[in-house]
Amino acid sequence: MKKKLLSNALVFMLVVATALTGCSGGKSKKDSQETKKGETTSGGSVVVGITQDLDSLDPHNTAYAGTREVLFNLFEGLVKPNSDGDLVPAVASDYSISEDGSEYTFTLRDGIKFHDGNPVTVEDVKYSLERYATGSSASAAFAIFEEAEVVDDSTVKVKLSTGNTEFLSELTCAILEQANDGNEQTNPIGTGPFKYKSYKPGEELVVEKNTEYWNNPYPYLDEVTFKIETDVDAAVMELSAGSIDILQYLTTDQASTLGDDFEILHGSVNYVQGLFLNNSFGPLKDERVRQALSYAIDKQSISDFLFDGYSHVIGTNMIPAFAKYYNEETENTYSVDIEKAKELLADAGYEDGFDLTITVPNNYEPHKGAAEIIVENLKEIGVNATIDLVEFTAWYDDVYVGRNYEATVVAVDGTLSPSSWFEKNVSTSDNNFTNYNNPEFDEKYNQAVATTDDEEKITLYKELQTILSDTAASVYLEDPANIVAINSKLGGYEFYPVAAQDMSIVYYEK
Amino acid sequence: MNKKKTYICMGTIIILVLLFLSILSIFWTPYSPTKMNGPLKNAAPSLSHLFGCDNYGRDIFSRVMSGLGNTFFIALCTVLIGSIIGTLIGLFTGYYGGVFDEIIMRFNDIILSFPSVLLALVIISVLGKGTYKIIIALGILFIPSFARMIRGETIKVKKLGYIESAKALGLSNSRIIAVHVFPNIFPKLMTNVAVGFNNAVIAESSMSYLGLGVLPPAQSLGRMISEAQSFLFTCPWYACFPGLVIIIMIIGFSLLSSGLSE
Amino acid sequence: MKKFILKKTAALIITIFVISIITFLAFSIIPGDAAITRLGSNATPEKIAKIRSELGLDENVLVRYFKWAGNAIRGDFGESLQYQGHKVSDLIEGRIPYTLMIGALSVLILLIISFPIGIIAAKFENTKIDGIILVVTHVFMAIPNFFMGIVLTFVFGVSLRVFTPGKYVSPTDDFFGSMGYLIFPAIAVSLPKVAMVVKYIREAISHEMEKDYVKLARAKGCTENRILTGHVLKNALITVLTFMGLVIAEILAGSVIVEQVFGVPGMGKFLVNAILKRDYPVVQAVVIYVAIIVVLCNTIVDVLYAVVDPRINLEDM
Repeated sequence: MKKKLLSNALVFMLVVATALTGCSGGKSKKDSQETKKGETTSGGSVVVGITQDLDSLDPHNTAYAGTREVLFNLFEGLVKPNSDGDLVPAVASDYSISEDGSEYTFTLRDGIKFHDGNPVTVEDVKYSLERYATGSSASAAFAIFEEAEVVDDSTVKVKLSTGNTEFLSELTCAILEQANDGNEQTNPIGTGPFKYKSYKPGEELVVEKNTEYWNNPYPYLDEVTFKIETDVDAAVMELSAGSIDILQYLTTDQASTLGDDFEILHGSVNYVQGLFLNNSFGPLKDERVRQALSYAIDKQSISDFLFDGYSHVIGTNMIPAFAKYYNEETENTYSVDIEKAKELLADAGYEDGFDLTITVPNNYEPHKGAAEIIVENLKEIGVNATIDLVEFTAWYDDVYVGRNYEATVVAVDGTLSPSSWFEKNVSTSDNNFTNYNNPEFDEKYNQAVATTDDEEKITLYKELQTILSDTAASVYLEDPANIVAINSKLGGYEFYPVAAQDMSIVYYEK
Repeated sequence: MNKKKTYICMGTIIILVLLFLSILSIFWTPYSPTKMNGPLKNAAPSLSHLFGCDNYGRDIFSRVMSGLGNTFFIALCTVLIGSIIGTLIGLFTGYYGGVFDEIIMRFNDIILSFPSVLLALVIISVLGKGTYKIIIALGILFIPSFARMIRGETIKVKKLGYIESAKALGLSNSRIIAVHVFPNIFPKLMTNVAVGFNNAVIAESSMSYLGLGVLPPAQSLGRMISEAQSFLFTCPWYACFPGLVIIIMIIGFSLLSSGLSE
Repeated sequence: MKKFILKKTAALIITIFVISIITFLAFSIIPGDAAITRLGSNATPEKIAKIRSELGLDENVLVRYFKWAGNAIRGDFGESLQYQGHKVSDLIEGRIPYTLMIGALSVLILLIISFPIGIIAAKFENTKIDGIILVVTHVFMAIPNFFMGIVLTFVFGVSLRVFTPGKYVSPTDDFFGSMGYLIFPAIAVSLPKVAMVVKYIREAISHEMEKDYVKLARAKGCTENRILTGHVLKNALITVLTFMGLVIAEILAGSVIVEQVFGVPGMGKFLVNAILKRDYPVVQAVVIYVAIIVVLCNTIVDVLYAVVDPRINLEDM
């Protein structure tokens, strides 16, 4: 009896483990994803330009992807993502998941230490998970976390209130040292490939090699400086001058000014940029109106104008990089068809068009660009759109929390947990800023989250994408291109499908 | 005298030409200033597109035509508000002095010290958005400098011999200010207006990123130049032509004000 | 004299008090607060309420103000809301040197260059070069800060390699070495101002030259230079002084755009970012810094009025 249960559990675990792998980095046809692999050397220091200031050094209390990208180098969770999007053991060396998905058992990695030399204990793991649950970084998905039970000196059991096979991706949350409690902002201590050296707020974060890092031979570099560059044009000049070695989010024009000293890589930012529609606003309540907008907007031209065509045009709220769940068919749901759009508008009673205010936050230049293109497109179907540019903080307050808007161009992201890409469209969600209300969607979502069968999960999530696309919950534009310039002397840089700039795999070529 | 007349002439001509182009743009521009054109993206200046095209393939000449009116209007209104209210404050505080002067000047300092970004956000909150709300924000921000400059002049002029005798004669203060002080400082006021106009044109687009000012798809020269920042080395015409027009506008205005300060 | 200093100090204190209240109230009017900026897309009404109470943002605004003021008077400006764990005074201490150095270099450039150029420009008033001077002055006045910054960085930084863009040094670490970098933002900041001062000087001299006393002096046989230095300049000085006061205060408050283009962590950028992130403890402190500078500069200018023109009395002002 016991044996059968055990073998079932093993098979199940194997199935689940493979279910969570298979996330390829967004490879669109024109991608050059990685630097050529030259021979690695150990040592050297690199300066990485980051365009957003860090909002926190405490990984349990940070809100921005830009910060997580950097902190990825200092902290690790029980598991961590690799560049393919697979979750590999990190602080834990092994794990198993119960058949119903409500218990995750982790074996602590033998000999793993914190940056200050102290060994990582199971108490630290328990402390970290409980702390993360009450911190501001935890998303809605972490709500089912019930407790972390210390089984013995090297085993921790994570218990959930309901079975959920996606929870593993939540356990990438950082494991911190309990003894360091209270000092997270001034002396961050983790288990990652680099350790904290110094921080000048608003200027730079310097990290140095963790010589006792568990994953040999990483890291290669001795030191990495994350330099905060608020003006991208100034940053490009610093690249040319040699003050920075790596810079992301360039425009094709900026990249073209750099010479042979730099390699230009094309990846995706892994966000869904869209014209998000307030489904409670007048004309947008009607599905046909929203579909009309989807037929009128020329998404390819947005990618062409803003990114020289390097972006991946999408049709639903999911990034292509999440290949396992991504429903490619949604890309074809709408193509530019002005006549069809006008027809739909007339059916809905808006043959004379209507006025639409598009609120655009000022945190990302391509949002403004996309909005300008959209305004032009919408003219053709009689929709008189105007742009309301707002400061980022005001956008959060008015649009995201207050839901006081008509339409907005913004980018949303998710985690390696597929449900995170759909949670915002659940009608009862706190983050349902588009006021999307579709009982069929809600039901399917709950089914998708609850099921432990991998095939079923994939099918359901793909169906959810089709629903979003068919009902035109919003107009999904693109996963914008991420153009990165990197010093030719460096090798090993890889794109991750989540917020991470992994400097442990970067090295100076011989 | 001749020089002043030439100044007024040239200034007026320049302003009139720009005004004409601006009014014309309401009815006609060579191309649509907002229509985007893939193949023309970043096109260099040519016979068909005198100023070239921008990164959306839009004709820059047409955009400049429709934008210069906005820029000129906003800058002009800003300078009017700043100079009229500022001059009044400057004249009275400079003339009367004392505690009155002290209090007003400290409030003046408060406006000077207040962060412009914060003022913009407050105005957006209280008065809402709208292209012309920027005029209120900038107008307020321009008052203190005019006030200080005019006050300085008034203090100096106040001590002139014939002002003292006018007082002795028993003329009312307001009469003295209006008839004797003001004409004396008028030339300096004109210089301030010219410099103020210059600064207003530059400031016109400084708050667009907050939502205050001329927002897309409407055009403004200032915003065109700041958007051209990323293309400075690859497509210099994107910044140079609006910049050129701005300089011409400012010179025209300056000539006019210099001439009037006769 | 003593009365003057007392009066001015009292005025300064009251000004600081008033502006700190106004700034504080401004934060209650504008949308968003530090709780929202901390949560970002994780913001839910529940989480927002929790952080608001942690930060004390849910208390009555006047109560909060007096708590802040009580600490500020004792020199404790509190902790930054965006850089958790860092004191406002520490953050400012790190940044003021850059702004002051750029300011000092800009003022030097202004003082050294504008007078000679202004006077020479005035001399050419009725010649053919006048037109060219006019155009050149206006071109420099109109050039936007960022444009000047980028051109300077490209020419001197990338092409000629006189300095390395991005590799700035704090004046507290290396006083003279930092000048090698900070001179360039100083040039970007001061050149448009130099053009303006030149314009003021030119026009002031031009206006004075038409006055009767100049004609009288000429008739008496005074040389042009003597007239210039003896009378005209003195009269033009008031205008230039007032303008300098305003410009110097503005420069010392920090120029956001120039700091951004050169990557220098100065007070201008610091203030703007703090406002956008609703980090009001920082904003309060910086605004007070700026207010002190502005009041000081303008007061000094007032005193200089009396120095330059003996007919003006300090008591009148």
